[in-house]
Parts: sequence; C-alpha cells; structure tokens
Amino acid sequence: MGFLDIQNVTKSYGNVEVLHRVDISVDEGEFLVLVGPSGCGKSTLLNMIAGLEGISSGDIAIKGRVVNGVHPSKRNIAMVFQSYALYPNMSVGQNMTFGLEMHGVPKPERDKALAEVAKLLQIDHLLDRKPGQLSGGQRQRVAMGRALVRDPDVFLFDEPLSNLDAKLRVDMRTEIKKLHEKLQTTIVYVTHDQIEAMTLSTRIAVMNKGFVQQLGTPKQIYDTPANVFVATFMGSPAMNVVPARVRVVDGVPHAAVTDHDGQEQLLAFSQANLAQWDGREILLGIRPETITDPDGADRKSRNVVALRNMIGVTEPAGSDTFVTMTLGGRDAVARMRADVTVRAGTRFDFAVNMEKAVAFDPKTEERIEP
Amino acid sequence: MAHGVPAADFRTRLQDWIPKLVLSPSLAAMLVFVYGFIGFTVYLSFTDSKMLPSYDWVGLENYSKLWGLSHWWTAITNLGIFAALYIVLCTGIGLALAIFLDQKIRGEGLLRPVYLYPMALSFIVTGTAWKWILDPGIGLENTMHLWGWESFHFDWIKNRDFAIYTVVIAAVWQTSGFVMAMFLAGLRGIDNEILKAAQIDGASNWKLYRRIVIPMLRPAFLSSFVILSHLAVKSYDLIIALTGGGPGRATELPATFMYSYTFTRNSMGIGAASAVIMLMTIAAIMTPYLYAELKEKS
Amino acid sequence: MSAATQETAVRTGAVTRVFIYGLLIVFALFYLMPLFVMLANSLKPLSEITGGNMMALPQAWTIEPWQKAWSSAQIGVEPTGLRPYFLNSILMVVPAVAISTIFGALNGYVLTKWRFRGDSILFGLLLFSCFIPFQIVLIPMAMILGKLGLAGSVPGLVMVHVVYGIGFTTLYYRNYYAAFPTELVRAAMIDGAGFFRIFWRIMLPVSGPITVVSVIWQFTNIWNDFLFGVSFGGQSQPMTAALNNLVQSSTGVKEYNVHFAGAILAALPTLLVYIVAGRYFVRGLMAGSVKG
Repeated sequence: MGFLDIQNVTKSYGNVEVLHRVDISVDEGEFLVLVGPSGCGKSTLLNMIAGLEGISSGDIAIKGRVVNGVHPSKRNIAMVFQSYALYPNMSVGQNMTFGLEMHGVPKPERDKALAEVAKLLQIDHLLDRKPGQLSGGQRQRVAMGRALVRDPDVFLFDEPLSNLDAKLRVDMRTEIKKLHEKLQTTIVYVTHDQIEAMTLSTRIAVMNKGFVQQLGTPKQIYDTPANVFVATFMGSPAMNVVPARVRVVDGVPHAAVTDHDGQEQLLAFSQANLAQWDGREILLGIRPETITDPDGADRKSRNVVALRNMIGVTEPAGSDTFVTMTLGGRDAVARMRADVTVRAGTRFDFAVNMEKAVAFDPKTEERIEP
Repeated sequence: MAHGVPAADFRTRLQDWIPKLVLSPSLAAMLVFVYGFIGFTVYLSFTDSKMLPSYDWVGLENYSKLWGLSHWWTAITNLGIFAALYIVLCTGIGLALAIFLDQKIRGEGLLRPVYLYPMALSFIVTGTAWKWILDPGIGLENTMHLWGWESFHFDWIKNRDFAIYTVVIAAVWQTSGFVMAMFLAGLRGIDNEILKAAQIDGASNWKLYRRIVIPMLRPAFLSSFVILSHLAVKSYDLIIALTGGGPGRATELPATFMYSYTFTRNSMGIGAASAVIMLMTIAAIMTPYLYAELKEKS
Repeated sequence: MSAATQETAVRTGAVTRVFIYGLLIVFALFYLMPLFVMLANSLKPLSEITGGNMMALPQAWTIEPWQKAWSSAQIGVEPTGLRPYFLNSILMVVPAVAISTIFGALNGYVLTKWRFRGDSILFGLLLFSCFIPFQIVLIPMAMILGKLGLAGSVPGLVMVHVVYGIGFTTLYYRNYYAAFPTELVRAAMIDGAGFFRIFWRIMLPVSGPITVVSVIWQFTNIWNDFLFGVSFGGQSQPMTAALNNLVQSSTGVKEYNVHFAGAILAALPTLLVYIVAGRYFVRGLMAGSVKG
C-alpha cells in the first residue's frame, strides 16, 4: 500500500467509459507525472484524485483512507491549475491564505505560514498586489505558493507550465524540481509535454485513450517503451519505428531493412530471443541519437553496426545536425554531431547503436520482451 | 487497504443539493406562471368562458368564431402590414446608419446615443409624443401651414386607411436606433484584413459592402429580424397611446383585440384563443432561433 | 456584443462623405424632434400651442404645465396629478429589480458552475419565457392575483415583474459567468469554500458590470411597462398607465402642454439612466437580443 493509491479506477460518462481500470500506487515523496496527448484521460484522473469529478468504480485512497465521495477540501490536497485560477479580486496574500481561512486557521498562524512560503518562493514583495498586476511567471509562483501554504499530503499540478513562454517554462521547470527535492512532497503532475515528464518525474504514467500505456521510471519509459505509442510519444525527435524482417545469420538475429535504393541491409540485434522471429515481420525502433556518424557513436556500446544510406535532408540545429533518410520505406531521422560534414543527396556511412534498438510485434504493437 | 464505504460524506451531498435548491424557486415560478399559465389559457380557449372563466368544453368553437370575426381579420391584416413595414424600415434604416456611422465619423460618440435614446422610453411616451405631432390640428400639418406650405396635407392619423402607417412611423422611430447598434457591433466585428484584401482585389466600396460586408452581417440580420418580429406581435402600448386602436377599429392589432375581447367584451374564450395564436406565432419565430443559439454555444 | 472599438479600413471620397454627414444629421434631427417638441411645448401656455407653431420655442416661458402635470391634473376621476403614480412606480420598481436581479445572479451561477443533467433544457425553457406575448398569461394571472389578494396592489405588480423578469436576469448572469473561469471555482472548492461562500467571495466581487446591465435593463423594462400596470394596477397604477389616463381623458379641454410635461416626467427616470449609463444600457439591449 502506497501513500496515494489508485485502485481499479474507471470513469464513465453515461455509457462511455473514458478511463479504463487505472492502477497506480504512489509512494510518499514521489513525483508522478501523468503524460499523454489531449483527451487521453490524464486530467480526468487528476480531477478524480482532487475530488472535482466523481469516480465511476474503484477506489482512491490517500494515506490509507478511501476518499471517494469526500469533499475536495477534506482530502488534504492542494492543486495548481493551468490558468493558475488566482482570485482576481483578492491580493496575492489573500489568495494564498484563502484556503487556510476557509479551514478556520487563526490569522497569526496564517500569516506565519504565508511569510514562510512567500520567502521560499521569493514573492514576499508581491503580497499586496492583485493577480492582474503580476507577470505570468509571478502568477505561477503565487499559484504554487497557494498550494504550499496548505501543507497538504498531495500536490496536484494540472499542466502548470503550459501558459508560460518557452524560456520561462524551462526556468520554472527547474524551480519546481528544486522545490520537490527540497521539500520531498508527494506530487501528481499532469502534462502533455514529454520533456517535462522526463525531467521532473521520479515515475511516469504514459496515458492514451483512457489507458495507462506504461508506468515506470523515466529511464524505463525511454529505453524500454512498452509499445509503439509510448516509443513515439516520448522523446524528441520521436523514435524511428520502421518495418523490418528478422533474419538469423550465423545464429545471430538481424534486422533486415530496406535502404533508400530498396536494397536490404542487415543490422545485428543484441536481443538474442528475436531468433524465434526468424523470417517474420517486426517493427524496428531506433532512437535518432543512436544513429550517428561513426566517430560520434557510443564507445561503450558493444554493438555498433554500419549502415550505408542516402542522405535526404539535413537540418543543422546548432547543437546537433539532424539528417533524414529513407529506411524501411519510411522517413527516419539521425542525430549527428554539429560539425559533421553531411550533404543532401550523397551516400553516408552511418553507425547504428543496436544495443539500444527495440523490436515491436507489428500486430499488437507491443514490445517484444528480451 | 482500508475498505471504507465509498459514499459521499454529508457535506459533499449537501453541496450537491444546494445548487438545485437555489434554482428551484425560479423554476417553480417559471413552471407555474409561464408554462402552467400557458396551459391554462390554452385550456380556456377550448371553453365557453365569457366574463368569467368557465370550464365547459366547446372544442374548437372559439377558434372558428375567431376566424369568422371581421375585427380579428382587421387585426391580423394590420399586423401583417405593420410587421412587414416595421421590420423592413428598421432594418434598412438601421443598416444604413450603421454603415455610414462606421466611416470614421467625427462626432460618432454624439450621434450614437441620439439615435438610440428612444429605446429607453416607454411606448406610452412615444405614443403620446407622436399622437400630437401627427395631429393635423396642432402638429406637423399645422406647422407646415404656418411655415408657408399651405397645400401640405398630412392627416393619416385621422384616416382609417392610413392610420396604421402612423404606427409604423412611431415604432420605427423608437426601434431603428437599436437595430443600428446591432449592425454597428456586427460591422466592428468584421476583420479589417478581409476589407483590406478586398480593396487590394480592386473592389469598389459599393461592391465591397454588397458582396462582402453585408453577407457577413447575416447573424445581425437574423437577430434583428427575430427581435423586431417578436416586438411587432407584442405591440400593444404604442397602439393604445397613439391611436387607441382607432379611428374606429382601423389600427386594431391582435394584442389590443385580445385585451378588449377578454376584459371589456366578455368573450374570454375568444380572447384566450387569440392569445394562443399570438403565442404560436412568436414560438414559430423564436424556437428555431433559440434552439440554434443554444446549440451553437454548447 | 463587446465594445465597438475596431475602426473600419474602408476609405471614402469627399463627396460621399458630405452625403454621409448630411444623412446622419438629418436622422439625428428626426430622432431629436419629438423630444424637442415635448420639451418646448411643455414650457408654453396652452394658447401658444393651439394658436401657434409646434416647432417654435415658447414666447412666454412657463413651468405651470409641469406643476399641473405633477400635482393637480385630472387622472381618471381624481385631480391628483401624476405624483402618487410616480411614487407607485418607484415602490414597484425598486423591489422588483432587486429581487429579480438577485435570483438571476444565483441562477446564472448555478447554471454555469454547478451544472447538472438537464440544466440546459431548463435554461432553454427559461429563455423562451422571456419572449412570450404576455397576453397568454393575463387571464390566469388576473385570477391568481385575485385569489392571493394582491390584485390592484403594488406587491402584486412586484410579483408579476419578478416572475417575468427572472428569465432575462438569468440570461445575463449565465452568459457573464460562462466566461468566468471554472478553475477558479474549483480552486475555491479545494480551498474549502462552499456554494454560498464561493458566490459571495469569488463571483460577486467580479460581477459589477453585469449587475449594472441587469439592474438597468430591469429598471427600464419595469418602469416602462404598461400592459401589466394597466391590467393589474387597479388602485396602484404605475406612471405609464396614469400618463395614458391623463392623455386619453375625454373630458374638458385637451391640455397638450400638460400632456407633454407628463410624458417627460414619465420618461425622465429611464432617460436619466440612459444618459448616465448608456453604455451599459446598450450592452443589456444587445445581450438581450444576441443571446446564447
């Protein structure tokens, strides 16, 4: 039993089930990120934890107490909203202490809690202002401050950074991470941004179409995605997933993929059990950063194989250069070092780190376990 | 794992009920005073009620009597003339004023309230003012004579064949400014880039308005049509104050017909039947409109 | 329905502009003329009207018609002037506006922030009730008011206006609150505020503009109402019904100057509201027509 337990929870509107049998157990101090495209059910799940939406079946328990049907204010949770939801008619200070006031906390205590949190978030000088006079980043801080003042068991964040511009978003991301490391609070955080999910979380639940596709640490999710959806949703640019055929040569399974000219090229797998798939179609998953120029390949890898292919388009991005090629009849992206000389329309010797490659069953799109 | 019964606590359940409790007085009032009363009036229209309500069912007799009454036909014909002219003139004047006012006019801030203030007045006040202005003895005709236009003749308000048009004049005076405001809001909502694009395409101002701007004002046309037609059907006060339904019965409208048959001519059943027909007319206009508006929003 | 701000990008030539200005001014005169006639003639002795030009300014200025209209003109059978009826209107308007606005605000709050199954059907019914021809409810309303002992009384009129005004006030507040972020209400719920506390502390403080719109709309409508006043007013007739009585009285000489003074008196409150808060008046008109 964890600190926050989501057990067999479903949500239906009428006859339509929008969230199917979710089971997640969150430990104290964990930072769980629910990530997925819009409409995947992540916000619904968060609202159910908050008590803002009813639970159709299953249980949600906080610290071992089932809270189904308990009023949001009695769950000892705090929530940071996407729009920040600051009360426009109240000052920053009043905004932050409104919850304590509603819970009957005496004024001196409220002021003490407010002073502490304001200092922590460096917003002491803003306490008398109205939300309308604050910048986006400041509002974001106040919204977090309002949650912190309550000292709740669980913090819920609903896409808190999506209204900020790109630069501020990165800064606030770091800030939230620091705050979590300092306070060791339990957080459930909803976002559609996979980078936020990777950087912030201790664990990620990737959701799609009302199902939890995979629950695991960022590393598990990134390196061993459970299925094609997770593989392509997490990571930017997305993982290349191309059709290939398994061929066992000298007892070693290889992925046979067609190159630009339609010629078959063999890439040796590190995953021995794929020999069982000899002659069958699979989907081969290779992350862009594992296709490099030979000098840029991972030296620690024991399985870097060569791939000669035509360069389609090159996109220098400053820190890296992205190269597009045709692989298995689809576009595939390689991520090269910035100073590599590549020219569109010429042939190039790529190095593929097959240690990191994954294979999916083309029927179920599930990963073939090693 | 604790196995509590996942039922809502008292406060949560109370919070679920409070909104409905708060809404209920208004809903009850609406159900009784609007829909209940409509039902009751519909029922009365099928009874032989005279001075007092009676509950003796007579079927469609009142309706057949109603459609046999020349007074009712006068009222319906008048409504047709009045509504058609009122809607066309208000829309035409309102649209013209709105387009002209939208040409970066100096003093727009002064003109707009002047066009609109009649809407703040009671129809009784409007009626009183126009009653004397249109009166040939002291009003416009007299003024023109005093100004030297001896042959000027304008006695429509005393003329059975023309009195209904004086009602149109007063009603247009009262409402056209409001229609102007609706069109002006519509014009101000049109993206200027579309206008610029059309000018670059070489459209003259006339073509620009006829081909691009006016078609884009469709929602404003629709709204003003609905509002004006429902105001026309409900017109009562203005008739009372301006002509009193006269001369004779020349300016009777369904609203005045209903009132006099119900309360002064002791034919409540027929009065109720005429009210039902008024309601059906308005429902035929409003229901599709409201339905579309609500659907669009949700 | 938002504030008209964007200027058109259309350009016009000089001749066209002269034509446009000319037409706009002609219409301005058309709209102003009745007001001028009422005002000018209310300040003339009767002889100047019957023997003179309606469009002329008074030669011998007098406020006697105003005094007469206010305190001694024959209304029906009593020579009371319009004063007692003005008072009736005030006594009727103030509570009717207050009550219907309060209900409208609460209804709008429920219909947007505490939604439940079937709420939009209820709102549709409420909306339709704004537009019914009141002739359809006159007969049963007369009976009910009689049964309740409210016929011919100010409280009776208040009740009638509240009942048929709630649709509009609800419409205003609903549309206004619909644009108000629901996340704020959710935040307040998590903070531990209940239904009324959220309304009082979160919604009401930002409801100023729509409250002005609603109050002005209700005030104008109820003050200007004639049908209910004349049907159910009895001994407590409002200003509009009294003015009509004054003007239509068939006995004696027609005192046009007194009629005009009376008409202005009846129009004065709503005219003042229009002059002071015209912007909100227009917003109310637009919201009442371009609904949603």
